[in-house]
Amino acid sequence: MDDGLKIELGKQGVFVTTIEELYNWGRRSSIWPMQFGLACCAIEMIATTMARYDLARFGGEVFRPSPRQADLMIISGTVTKKMAPQVVRLYNQMAEPRYVIAMGACAISGGPFKQGYNVLKGIDRYIPVDVHIPGCPPRPEALLHAFITLQKKIDGQSLTGENRPRHLNAEAQGEFPVPVQGAHDLEPTSNKGVWPIPITIR
Amino acid sequence: MKTVEEIKAAIEKAVPGAGVEIIPNPSVSGQHSLRLNPQTAIAVATFLRDDADLSLDFLSNATGVDWPDKEVAEKVKVTRTVTKTVDGVETTAQETVEETVKRVVPGCLEAVYHLFSVAKKHGPVILRIKTVNRSDQVNLPSFTPIWRSAEFQEREIFDLFGIVFTGHPDLRRLLMWDEFEDHPMRRDYVEPDDFEYEPTAHDEVLKRAEAQRAKMQGASA
Repeated sequence: MDDGLKIELGKQGVFVTTIEELYNWGRRSSIWPMQFGLACCAIEMIATTMARYDLARFGGEVFRPSPRQADLMIISGTVTKKMAPQVVRLYNQMAEPRYVIAMGACAISGGPFKQGYNVLKGIDRYIPVDVHIPGCPPRPEALLHAFITLQKKIDGQSLTGENRPRHLNAEAQGEFPVPVQGAHDLEPTSNKGVWPIPITIR
Repeated sequence: MKTVEEIKAAIEKAVPGAGVEIIPNPSVSGQHSLRLNPQTAIAVATFLRDDADLSLDFLSNATGVDWPDKEVAEKVKVTRTVTKTVDGVETTAQETVEETVKRVVPGCLEAVYHLFSVAKKHGPVILRIKTVNRSDQVNLPSFTPIWRSAEFQEREIFDLFGIVFTGHPDLRRLLMWDEFEDHPMRRDYVEPDDFEYEPTAHDEVLKRAEAQRAKMQGASA
């Protein structure tokens, strides 16, 4: 429907919408994050939920202590190779629709520990990430920006067609393989389905 | 506080045949350390804790050191009998030649402990213990029964260096997972090659990233 017409009808007291808009409005306005933190970024995440930054303004204040009730996983901090299988397992336990925000330099790439032996070089090697936030740690404003970016992404999703959300696509991959802690490294070192090797353009 | 020499004398008086050795520290701090014999280390440590003058009741730090096998080149003078033919006459003469002999000094692992006394407000006293080698004889006595604070630090040394502490109540890996087999803080540790993607790679990392990328693309094709 034409936006101008919609506004004009609104002035006359007639509210017109589509199922898609209503559905996406409902999804984006009550994103409940999972209550878990991995490192120092978790402190900034906690600050974001408190009175000064107040994540509740955007419908994300209900931090759920169970993955079964959560919509959003905020990977807040360093993912060590010892912790990575548990993170993937928690993600598998979340119900669709589910989203992931990788918060901070460590969660998106390994950060300052990238060339170490015990830190995963980005959680996007194993699970699909919707929004990446750089920073060490990112300020609460950055997390709010990521949250709003995620809401915009949900708002823009079409419920039918090729790019429909994963929970409406019966053929979409639902369970992501949990890496095994091997003798020298995690096996496999990445999930090729979600993380094909990026091409570096110089 | 007593000097290291005095502590050594006190130990040798209390524990006969302790075999304590002073390792001087030539730097300004002058924190000389005592190398203990693994056989008598428990007796010596108990003495250091319980002695009225020292009463080293607090173990603040325990760490490991890896001493890899070292190749040493030495110049040795060798005297040989050399036969020479001068003007058709054979003569034998003694000749001294300098030769470079290479030999391998076997490496070892070492645990280092820093002790303080809270009661007497002095310290540190530094203890060192060496293993026999780096491969199969890596046992050392655990100080956890004497100072409880050694428990997690000895687990960390076990994890990262591979020293096995006999007498430790709960010797498991602390930082790495149980299935892990390597010891990352050893000098000869080879870290896993997962450098296939580096956005700003250069030098050594760039080489590794390119090699890894080629390998992975070859495997997937």
